[in-house]
Amino acid sequence: MAGQPLRKPTRLEPWQDAGQAPYVRIEKVTKTFGDFVAVDEVSLSIYRNEFFALLGGSGSGKTTLLRMLAGFEQPTEGKIFIDGVDMSGIPPYERPVNMMFQSYALFPHMTVEQNVAFGLKQDNVPRAEIRDRVAEMLEMVQLGAFGKRQPHQLSGGQRQRVALARSLVKRPKLLLLDEPLGALDKKLREKTQFELVNIQEKLGVTFIVVTHDQEEAMTMSSRIAVMNHGVIAQVGTPTEIYEYPHSRFVAEFIGSINMFEGRVVESAADHALIASEEAGCELYISHATPAPTGTPVVVAIRPEKIALSKEESPDAAGRNNAKGVVREIAYLGDVSIYLVELPTGKTVRVTAPNVTRRTEMPITWGDEVYLSWRPFAGVVLAQ
Amino acid sequence: MRGVVSALSRLGLWGRGAVIAMPFLWLLLFFLVPFLIVFGISFSESIVAQPPYAPLVGWLTDEEAGTTKLQILLNLTNYLRLTGDDLYILAYLNSVKIALVTTLLCLAIGYPMAYAIARADPARRGPLMMLVILPFWTSFLIRIYAWIGILKSNGVISNLLEWTGITSGPVEILYSDWAVYIGMTYCYLPFMVLPLYSTLEKMDPTLLEAAADLGCRPLKAFLTVTLPLSLPGIIAGSLLVFIPAVGEFVTPELLGGPDTLMIGRVLWNEFFANRDWPVASGVAIALLLVLVVPIMIFQYVQGRETEER
Repeated sequence: MAGQPLRKPTRLEPWQDAGQAPYVRIEKVTKTFGDFVAVDEVSLSIYRNEFFALLGGSGSGKTTLLRMLAGFEQPTEGKIFIDGVDMSGIPPYERPVNMMFQSYALFPHMTVEQNVAFGLKQDNVPRAEIRDRVAEMLEMVQLGAFGKRQPHQLSGGQRQRVALARSLVKRPKLLLLDEPLGALDKKLREKTQFELVNIQEKLGVTFIVVTHDQEEAMTMSSRIAVMNHGVIAQVGTPTEIYEYPHSRFVAEFIGSINMFEGRVVESAADHALIASEEAGCELYISHATPAPTGTPVVVAIRPEKIALSKEESPDAAGRNNAKGVVREIAYLGDVSIYLVELPTGKTVRVTAPNVTRRTEMPITWGDEVYLSWRPFAGVVLAQ
Repeated sequence: MRGVVSALSRLGLWGRGAVIAMPFLWLLLFFLVPFLIVFGISFSESIVAQPPYAPLVGWLTDEEAGTTKLQILLNLTNYLRLTGDDLYILAYLNSVKIALVTTLLCLAIGYPMAYAIARADPARRGPLMMLVILPFWTSFLIRIYAWIGILKSNGVISNLLEWTGITSGPVEILYSDWAVYIGMTYCYLPFMVLPLYSTLEKMDPTLLEAAADLGCRPLKAFLTVTLPLSLPGIIAGSLLVFIPAVGEFVTPELLGGPDTLMIGRVLWNEFFANRDWPVASGVAIALLLVLVVPIMIFQYVQGRETEER
């Protein structure tokens, strides 16, 4: 999992500040196409200067939500406010919003310059100013020398940057990005992720980006809304989403995770104890769970939070500790993934960094190993 | 079996050659040769004989000297007559005018049609295009005769106008330039709709969304995005209508008035009524020259479009 790029030391968290009015307010918005409910009573508040990601699989309603913000679709029910103004019935060409399309939608019969200048021409900006602003924009996306080219003479990455320049040249307060990096290859995508974040911070524009790529969402955004079947499953910072998923869906959607079914044995203010037959041990969790004693729950533990060892740890005492046999090893270079089969039949996924350099692994196929994890590792999810 | 295959593959080059040669041979035999014959006749002189023109090449026998000379007579009077007699010039100009008006009418009616079909639900596009092509399943002549029934006095339109009280008596649209415009626009409309549809259908609708997103109103978006992008279709459709419309004979003959002067009718008259084959050939060659320019534009546009793809 890629970490966050370096941001300014004072982190921007306007959603924590009660005095801040949200820049975009989505109020109980529903969108149906015939019988199909694409977006189901979604409410969201997005603040100025946020880099907000709508993350979800195909058909989760994330693109429909974005298109409603741009004005290409009208909500069946509910309202959208941008900067306090109700957007109902306002056509896309009158909204203070610009969008970068997934297919880029560059005008094929215009040069790069003409494409970027198009939006300014609609506002009757003086010609000299158009020229300067277009040049400045192209310079910013490092395409200064490509102004006279046609879109079909550019590479995919260059086209993406033209589309970005075109959508930013009108200096919108809110930029919508539909899978902005979807068509780029992996290396270019990683590079562009950081560029997008830098541009966003430099221009002080609020970004709402739709993506199906969790890594992309984690790297770039200040907050993520995970969507599923037209509903928002969870909204939070990348860390919150990853470390404290609210539901099984979010836990499984972001990264990989081990799930142990169990039953609450002890529920206290500062800890919880869950008995799990699947894990073959008691799971001690150092935070409270709303689930009362006796309820069936699922404990989710990230693979990198489980330690793998050939020796049993001394303070095990039958808690947060399991024994198993290594069935599969995937060597990824920086880390290795181990699939360990417990005596209960449950397979546990463990990732361990390859700290030392050696060709022979200390742990190999068929080895008996001990798994252990710290009390903070597990998250209790309702079943 | 293997022997046959290897024999065929040895003949591979030949086989490929034959496949390419066939259409060329066809065009050579049925287009180039007749064209050369007509071109030859246009330099000939009209005589009362069978065939009704003087041979270009003959043997001139000088009795006194006892020699025989090859004689080639090239008669340019046919072409001079085309420029001299304003009947021909008027017929050409009128043909071009009628073809131009037909093209514009087809464009005005065909563009919204093609646009609507291209933006229709994908499942409906096929049947809608089928409806555009459907008239081709009936003979062209029958369809023109049907128009006679519609346009004549006491015909469908005339009766309708009288019945609604717009006119007090029967109206005759038939045998006028208007009847020709209506008939020709009807006939050539599919040739306009087909290329327009294919360019409009290829156009990415998100381009219009992008235009709207950048602050462009729908009408302006149409003028700055849709129209320029459909230009190849407009040019192809216009030429597909204009080129055959200039030489059109049947529609003006059946629907047009006696003074609807078109080069196709003049040509027919010269060939069959006057039996002046050389002049008729001259008219035909001149018509071809008039049409070479738009045909070349068509070729250029098509070539450029395939290049871009």
